[in-house]
This record gives sequence, structure tokens and C-alpha cells, in this order.
Amino acid sequence: MLGKCGLFFTSYRGEAQVFQSCFQKLMVGLLILALLAAPFALNVYMTSVMNLIFIAVIGAVSLNLLTGVCGQISLGHGAFIGVGAYVAGQCTLHGVPFLLAILAAGLITAMVGMVFGVPSLRLKGIYLAIATLAAQLVLEYVFLHGGELTGGSNGLLLEPPNILGFSFDSEARMYFLLFFFAAAALLVVSNIMRTKYGRAFISIRDFYLSAEIVGVNLFWYKLVAFGVSSFMAGVAGGLWAHYTGYISGEQFNIGLSISYLAMIIIGGMGSVIGSVFGAIFVVLLPEVLNMLANGLGGFFPDISHYLVALREGVFGMVLILFLVFEPEGLAHRWRLIKAYWKLYPFAH
Amino acid sequence: MAYLDVSDVTLTFKGIAALMGVSFTVEQGTIASLIGPNGAGKTSMLNCISGRYTPDGGASGPCKITLDDECLLSLPAHKRTELGLSRTFQNIALFKGLSVLDNLMVGRHSQIEYGLLASVFYWGKAVRTENKHRRRVEDVIDFLNLSPYRHQHAGRLPYGVQKRVELGRALAAEPKLILLDEPMAGMNLEETEDMARYILDIAEEWGVTVLLVEHDMGVVMDISDKVVVLDFGSKLAEGTPDEVQADKNVIAAYLGTEEATFTGR
Repeated sequence: MLGKCGLFFTSYRGEAQVFQSCFQKLMVGLLILALLAAPFALNVYMTSVMNLIFIAVIGAVSLNLLTGVCGQISLGHGAFIGVGAYVAGQCTLHGVPFLLAILAAGLITAMVGMVFGVPSLRLKGIYLAIATLAAQLVLEYVFLHGGELTGGSNGLLLEPPNILGFSFDSEARMYFLLFFFAAAALLVVSNIMRTKYGRAFISIRDFYLSAEIVGVNLFWYKLVAFGVSSFMAGVAGGLWAHYTGYISGEQFNIGLSISYLAMIIIGGMGSVIGSVFGAIFVVLLPEVLNMLANGLGGFFPDISHYLVALREGVFGMVLILFLVFEPEGLAHRWRLIKAYWKLYPFAH
Repeated sequence: MAYLDVSDVTLTFKGIAALMGVSFTVEQGTIASLIGPNGAGKTSMLNCISGRYTPDGGASGPCKITLDDECLLSLPAHKRTELGLSRTFQNIALFKGLSVLDNLMVGRHSQIEYGLLASVFYWGKAVRTENKHRRRVEDVIDFLNLSPYRHQHAGRLPYGVQKRVELGRALAAEPKLILLDEPMAGMNLEETEDMARYILDIAEEWGVTVLLVEHDMGVVMDISDKVVVLDFGSKLAEGTPDEVQADKNVIAAYLGTEEATFTGR
């Protein structure tokens, strides 16, 4: 098993697996077991950070499908997540079961995303970014001035999710729910990437002229990319809303859209594992800065002031450093590390 | 009626005529070449056939471009593959982020039939369909000797191999008519000979009709059944390689005449 010098497949199906070698399967299995055991070992604060990471993973992998894989940049992802949050919130407030509410959030957000994706037929790159920025601003306006529907600036107060009478009212319980959804999102995107749709998306990103010639309907596939991506954004929004128990329009501002873009740039455009790395990185960064501030507080009493104020600045600097030194993101670094240890201790 | 029938195609860009009333035909299973000096309108012609450009008048009136008696002009570009049309580009237009295998699989895109849900869940039907098409793609890989590069990213391959992958992508669609835009451009002698052999095999073994645009006259005259000469957007001559080589207008266009007069606009 570990002694082979390479992978040798005797079926096409074997070659199309997401995790190809036995070693990989073993490691992923162990990781899943560790993650399932984690909430019993972690304290409430750590569990809540993990929960935020799971939500960010869903949002990041969905944006990566649209921007990294299909090449359609979107500055409105934060607002799409917001649409999902409000739809799911209104559904559960009106007595719709939680899972159905999440499904509705996904479907309606997908529709909204597709509507705002229509300009992508004509617009590319920076122009599409501006068009999706308009989507962001329009939706933000609706969130704040939606009256009954969105609760205006008061927002909506929500109960914790409840599935068949079981209430996910603690961090640890939420952990399992969010873990399931994050894992499902990763699997869905991995599946899309290894089939017809993923190839069509990449062909549009890499060379849309020849994509059209080989029979890819550009408009339809761009819309599908917007739809699938927004569906998952809506699910992430619905989960987030019920996790925090409170939604207001300010949560889903342009800053959220940009931090999701930052996640996929830091993690690696067009890479599923990169979305995970990016989400972990961006969620952990402020927490690590806080920890630093607390830890150093004993020596430099005022440092927490400065570090908190520096947070945005540090975030921007990290982003620039990544663009300069690791333009392909953490996913690329991960590949290099894997390649290194594969042959260790030999150089070649 | 001929297999590919181009009749009276005119293409203008705001007063500049790229093609003026060009007509020619290509018979099934043959290799036809489109030649002419730079800017003669060869690539414009391919673009009209493949759907990147729409000739003046579009699909109105009698159909100007028919393939196997079906009008091409009434279809958008992405639908024309379904009629058996496929092409390569003058400058390499591969999907650089995909492996060679996936590039070829994209080539079969319009024949792979399953929905988004099957793709999302990677269900039985999606798996079976993928494997079935993978088998056909492997035939193309074998034919073009691409197996060493199967899993490599297309963007990292040498130029000559990329050209071959592009031919493979066009072939993977199992076309009836294949348009090749300068497949030998920038290749060395050996690669050119390989490519010429592939083109002959495509026509003879696979039964695919070939329309070739190429500047390498040696290759064109050797492998073509028919040559069409364009100059400044209009057709100068059409015929077998020997006929075309003897044609006075063609010689004048390529080499000039004793009393050279400027025939362009």
C-alpha cells in the first residue's frame, strides 16, 4: 500500500476518484474522525471559531466555483449570503421546518444570483466586477429598507435551528450541523469539478472563444455557475443566520464580499482545498491577533488598542504579501509540501 | 449538392470588405485547402463557417453556408458542433488550466448528456457516461500519440504538442467536417510531416472531411484534393493543386506580374 512508487489504475472510475491513494483515504478518514471528536475536546470559544470556519468554507468554496473555476468575478457574494440569511430567517419565523427553509434560501438566492449574473454574458473582468458591485449595493439597500421583510435596521431575531424536534442550541450541537453542510459543500464542488459542468466552467475561464466552438453554451453555463454558487451562498447565509440568531443588513456589506474574495485569493483560485485553507486563514487571522494582544498585554499594556486598530491594516498587508509571494495561494504551497514529503528523505 | 457548400459569402466590417462573394464547395471525405496571401480572408472564411462571424445578410435569404444540406448560419456557434463541425485555431486556443485528457473531454462536451444534479452527486448515470466518453477520448489519444502527456496541464506542454492537443480536441468531438487553421504554423520539418500524416489519416481512416488553411505550400499541394485561392477577399481560383499552380491569376497574386498593377483596394 505505502510501498508503491506510483499510482496505477486499471479502471477509469478509479482514476476519477477525489482521493486516489489508500494513504490519502486513510488520512482523510482520520481527519474526519478527529473533526467529529473535536467538539468534545475543545472549549466553547474554540468550537465557535470552528463553526465560523465551517460557514466560511461553504461561502468560500461557492465563490471559488464562480470566480476561481468559471472566471466570473463577483463582488456581490456577501449580499448573496445575506439574501440566503433573510430568506431562511423569514421561513423559520413563519414556521417552515429548518431544512426546508435552508433549501428555500438556496433556491431563492440562486435565482437572485442568476438575475445579477445576466450581465456576465457581455461583461468581463473589471466591468463584471462593477456590475456585481451594483448587485451588492442594491441588495444592501433592500436589506436596510425592506420593512417587515427584513426588519430594516432592527434586523431579525431567530431561534436556533430545530430539526424534527432536536434543537441545535449549543455551540457543540451546531458544530455537527455545520460540519455536515461544509463537508457536503466540498463534495458537491469536487463532483462538479470532475464532470462535464466543471470542465465547461474552466473552458470558459481559460478560452471562451474556443469553449463556444467546442459546443459550450457560454451564456447558459455562466448562468449555471452563478446559480450554483449563489445556491451555496444562500445555504451558508441561512446557516449563519440561525447560528448567530440575529441578522442585520450591516453584516452583509461589501466588506464581507471582499473578505470572501480574499479567502479564495489566499487559498488558491479554482482549488477546492484552497477554499478551505483560505477560509481557515481569514477566520483565524483576527482571532490570532486578539490572542497576540491578550498574550502581550502583560508586557505592553496598551497593545490591544493598537493591534485591534491594526487589524484591517494587517489583513490588507497579508493579502498583498500573498499576491506577491504566493500568487497561486496556499493550495500551491500545500502541493509543494506534499511533493516534498512524498520523496523524503530523497531529493528526487 | 456538395457536402460543404459556401455560396456568395460577403463579410464586411464597417465598409472594409473581408470577403466578397466567395463561393466554393468541398466534397465529402476529401481534403480541401484554402490558401492566399496574408489578409486574403482565409481565417475570416473559417470564422464564418464556425460561427464566430456572421456573413452579411446572416441567415436571411437562400442559405449561404450549408453542411450536408443543413444550414449552418441559422445556428449559434455552440450548436454547430452538433452538426459535426469542429475546428482548430491559428494561435493555440487550449484550455491551459485543464489536463490534456480534460481538454479532449471538453471537446466531446456537446455529446455528454447528463444534468446538473447528476454532476453534483456524481451518480450512476454521470459515472457511466463519463467512462463511456473517456474510452472514445482514449482512442484519439492513441491516434495522436498523446498518451505520455495525458495528465499534464495543457499550458505547460511544448508548442508542437499543444498543436496536436488542439487537433485532438477537435477530433474528440467526432466531427464530420474539421476546419484546421494553420496546423503547421511554427513547426519544424519533422513535426510538419507528422501533422501532414495525421491529416491524411483523419480524412482516410476516420472519413472526416478536412478544410485546411495553411501557408506551407509544399504540404498544401501534396495532401490536398482541392485548393481554393483567395486574394483580397475574393476567390481567384479553385481546382486541383496542379490546376491552381498553373493558374495565371494565382501566379500573379503570389509572385506579381511583369506589369505589376495594384489590384487591391
